[in-house]
Amino acid sequence: MMGELEVEKHVQFILSVEKKKDDFESVAMEHIRINGAYWGLTTLALLGKLGVVDQDEVVSWIMKCQDESGGFGGNIGHDPHILYTLSAVQVLALYDKLDVLDIDKVSSYVSGLQNEDGSFSGDIWGEVDTRFSYIAICCLSILGRLEKLNVQKAVDYIVSCKNMDGGFGCTPGGESHSGQIFCCVAALAITGSLHHIDKDLLGWWLCERQVKSGGLNGRPEKLPDVCYSWWVLSSLIIIDRVHWIDKEKLASFILNCQDKENGGISDRPEDAVDVFHTFFGVAGLSLLEYPGVKAIDPAYALPVDVVDRIFIGRR
Amino acid sequence: MSSDEDERIPLPERPEWADVKPIPQDDGSNPVVPIAYKEEFRETMDYFRAVYASDERSPRSLGLTVEAIKLNPGNYTVWHFRRLVLEKLGSDLHDELDFVNSIAKSNSKNYQIWHHRRWVAERIGIEAASLELEFTKEIFSLDAKNYHAWSHRQWVLQALGGWENELDYCDELLEEDIFNNSAWNQRYFVVTRSPLLGGLESMREAEVKYVVKAILSNPGNESPWRYLRGLYKGDTHALIHNPEVSSVCLEVLKEKKNCVFPLSLLLDLLCYGLQPNEEFSNVVEALRPSNSGPPEVNLKKTICSVLETLDPLRSNYWIWRKNNLLPSSEV
Repeated sequence: MMGELEVEKHVQFILSVEKKKDDFESVAMEHIRINGAYWGLTTLALLGKLGVVDQDEVVSWIMKCQDESGGFGGNIGHDPHILYTLSAVQVLALYDKLDVLDIDKVSSYVSGLQNEDGSFSGDIWGEVDTRFSYIAICCLSILGRLEKLNVQKAVDYIVSCKNMDGGFGCTPGGESHSGQIFCCVAALAITGSLHHIDKDLLGWWLCERQVKSGGLNGRPEKLPDVCYSWWVLSSLIIIDRVHWIDKEKLASFILNCQDKENGGISDRPEDAVDVFHTFFGVAGLSLLEYPGVKAIDPAYALPVDVVDRIFIGRR
Repeated sequence: MSSDEDERIPLPERPEWADVKPIPQDDGSNPVVPIAYKEEFRETMDYFRAVYASDERSPRSLGLTVEAIKLNPGNYTVWHFRRLVLEKLGSDLHDELDFVNSIAKSNSKNYQIWHHRRWVAERIGIEAASLELEFTKEIFSLDAKNYHAWSHRQWVLQALGGWENELDYCDELLEEDIFNNSAWNQRYFVVTRSPLLGGLESMREAEVKYVVKAILSNPGNESPWRYLRGLYKGDTHALIHNPEVSSVCLEVLKEKKNCVFPLSLLLDLLCYGLQPNEEFSNVVEALRPSNSGPPEVNLKKTICSVLETLDPLRSNYWIWRKNNLLPSSEV
């Protein structure tokens, strides 16, 4: 029996996280607040409640997170990093405020992080991970500046991270992991390079992530977690194999991860909730076409109407 | 500087910090009822912001980053600044590894710590190889699937060396937990990339024996089945011509338990051109539910039908497989 999505409770939960800047958890997350803003605001947008947060306050705070390099930090006063730069761009896209950006400046920051071998570093300190490949490609695509990257090399690097099971890891030889797979698959989708993927092989690996409870895990023999409802599901949708999992059982699993009293969604039933899992749970339900939740784009991880606005307007 | 929380002297009371004006977080919030640990956190970060803003790369800044990191190891700006200070001061990087050791175990999924370790190890060079391999082992003793640690270990092997005992180490981990997918992945990494070994094809025979043993000990374990397929990546001809492969499927199927993986591999073998025989047909027949109709003429179709009932979560996948079988004339 399908449970119900407690929309109002989740909205209140997200607003309370935004307001509670003084409790220890918020203070400890201070340096990644911009990620939190993306998770919280995109969830509100999917539930049709973006209007409950003051747009101008958010936009002006986001711009204060930008550093002279053009990149964004996790909060005001923090060093720039590709992770937070994408979140900033995504939040501005939600509000249709990409025009407040100096697009060339942000694009140069991101394209400057591409390495000789086509990979991307997260920032000047050089950590390389296919997550950053996705971020760079997604970010520049939204900004309409994908051509600033060496797209072919970027694609080649991602393909070099493909494993024998059809999945992808963080670097060549890295274990296939659903989160990394999402990043690689979405990046290949955005760059029109899905032909590099063996969809049947990967689709099978991905559908094997579903366990008896209906939830999805990230790797063989690991526990299910609501966030994989996004990463596995969006990957399956992009490669057109989502019918290979039991969608109803997955939806039930996600709904069972709700805190029906206080709002919010956790990684698995009965655990503590947080904004991160709330977003991925709602996003997963969106991909499952749960009634009342707006459609989300599986590659850009933004509401479809926002993505349409970005791209259709451009043509 | 006190690092014992009970005896911590607030920064404004420390004479060596008297000349510094702390900078509060610029998001307008102030605690209504400050609680001790929040005050400590806020104060430490206010002083950090001050030295960061003035770019003071001094020993006292270095010490302050330790306090800030202990309070919040995820704060990447603090780590960045610490690196700048370490470079400026020319600090001993072996001591730095010790420092990271001291906080890493309780923060083993923290990206910043792993990246910092890599930065330090890169600077130390080849000497760091054994230290890093030892360190990741310690992390694996707490969490043998820690993705960051595996990524770090792979980097160490490729950048600094130390491949000699890696296959044995994988073996050790698999002895402890045959279900450890990370260890299986590492084994594949070593077999395919180690400069000390002869490459996949030369290692294949021994690895097949290894993985068959693992499969028979736990036929419901996804990882070794995938590993077996991986050993023949790009060479389905060799795969179908190694009798050990179809044998292990049959052996597991005869037990009538954990049938999904062997059936799926058998299906693939048949699709790659393995000739079916009576033994295969009989063992699959024995798995058909008693209420199903007459047996299908095509063994591959039968296998798909059986898998639909044995693996209902993925019934759509097995139906798709059935509908996408190439026409064949086998019985």
